[in-house]
Amino acid sequence: MNTTAPSLEVTGLAYAYPDGHQALFGVDLTVARGERVALLGPNGAGKTTLVLHLNGILEAGAGTVAVAGLPVAKRNLAEIRRRVGIVFQDPDDQLFMPTVREDVAFGPAAAGLRGAELEERVIEALDRVGMAGFADRPPHHLSFGQRRRVAVATVLAMRPEILVLDEPSSNLDPASRRELADVLRSLDVTVLMVTHDLPYALELCPRSVVLSGGVIAADGRTQDLLCDAELMAAHRLELPFGFDPRSVTAPV
Amino acid sequence: MGAGHAHKLYRHGHSPVHALPAHCKIAAVFGFVLIVVSTPREAVWAFALYALLLAAVAAAARIPAGFLLKRLLIEVPFVAFALLMPFVAEGPRVHALGMSLSESGLWGAWNILAKGTLGVAASVLLASTTELRALLLGLQRLKMPPMLVQIASFMIRYGDVITDEMRRMRIARVSRGFEARGVRHWGVLAKSAGALFIRSYERGERVHLAMVSRGYTGTMPVTDEVTAGRAQWTSAALLPLAALAVCLLGWTL
Repeated sequence: MNTTAPSLEVTGLAYAYPDGHQALFGVDLTVARGERVALLGPNGAGKTTLVLHLNGILEAGAGTVAVAGLPVAKRNLAEIRRRVGIVFQDPDDQLFMPTVREDVAFGPAAAGLRGAELEERVIEALDRVGMAGFADRPPHHLSFGQRRRVAVATVLAMRPEILVLDEPSSNLDPASRRELADVLRSLDVTVLMVTHDLPYALELCPRSVVLSGGVIAADGRTQDLLCDAELMAAHRLELPFGFDPRSVTAPV
Repeated sequence: MGAGHAHKLYRHGHSPVHALPAHCKIAAVFGFVLIVVSTPREAVWAFALYALLLAAVAAAARIPAGFLLKRLLIEVPFVAFALLMPFVAEGPRVHALGMSLSESGLWGAWNILAKGTLGVAASVLLASTTELRALLLGLQRLKMPPMLVQIASFMIRYGDVITDEMRRMRIARVSRGFEARGVRHWGVLAKSAGALFIRSYERGERVHLAMVSRGYTGTMPVTDEVTAGRAQWTSAALLPLAALAVCLLGWTL
């Protein structure tokens, strides 16, 4: 793997859906190794469309995407999908195998791992999200927060270059929300987090980018962006009632 | 959520029958059923022997008779069909209890009843000693088309999710004062069913997306390599071999 290249490099990415609706109009985004970046933006800004380009589910109309120096292209898809771990919003979509263990094993096994090595990978991934004791349980017997953490483990098991989370805090109670934040902060991996939960972005991501109207409208320190009332209003971003981003010191 | 619902047939235990690898058991039950259906229906005693064989397996598996018999009730609709045969079939007739019954119909009914019951009993035994998950893996090892195995395992995984969704839709209807009282309300129920179908279809697409994102290329990776030794195959083969002996006797006697 190219160790000097950034984890993610998107240049001039444009995309129109087959029905003619254009979702992305030239997105430029670079995420350095080890960074945690929040991707903010109103509904319909093209966030999901962008995410689906990162592992080649959608094919770029124009522009390029590269993960740790490897361009996203048909011939590289298997390796790209190993490097980009997407955690989808609904863990019931993500956890499709009958037991937690098999689900976490799915990615590495698809990449050809077997036997003791595979088992070791599964336990390691579950350990990192604090779910090692649940390996033999069926996913639908877990609480929502536990399912979300197992969903993170399923992609960690592939040792990804970059973890992409779609609305990681949605539907979580405050305790599960904090537990997930602890897990994410403890990981030594690049994170791109798509979210509407601005306090969560401030808590976890030193840097944020705002995607609006299919382009990157702002890119900077999360705290600076959240304090810029004009910018926030222009892109339909609103802080929860009573939350003042100036009053908190974000943990580093 | 319906925790036990997918595993109602299974009865946890540590008997030698439970311990056999699933694919040996599936092959044994399949062999047994084939032998039973190829036995001539006139050899009534042979079917009694088959039943004894199954009873012996049940005893070895420590499955109580009551548990088995209750699960045999699933056969009832077929029994009803079999009972009709003596009345509707053609051919020479016999008179019993003041009714005129077809002779070939009686034999036909007996044939269906005996073979059907034995087949169902064998399957129930298999299901109560083998976990669903293991059954699917067993089918996979027996080279069942992987697509069918995948469909079956998704059915198990998402059965509860979809039932839950259906329950939420029902609650939503009831909360808005809807109660299905007659034909006029069937339209609403039909639309709910349609909505459920579309939701499930869309979930299917999202699941597929999640699978592709983790490197799915059309086949499930086989992660456990359970193999059966000669001893295990031999003990699994006891049932069909004993049945085969009975069957051959049935043809020659």
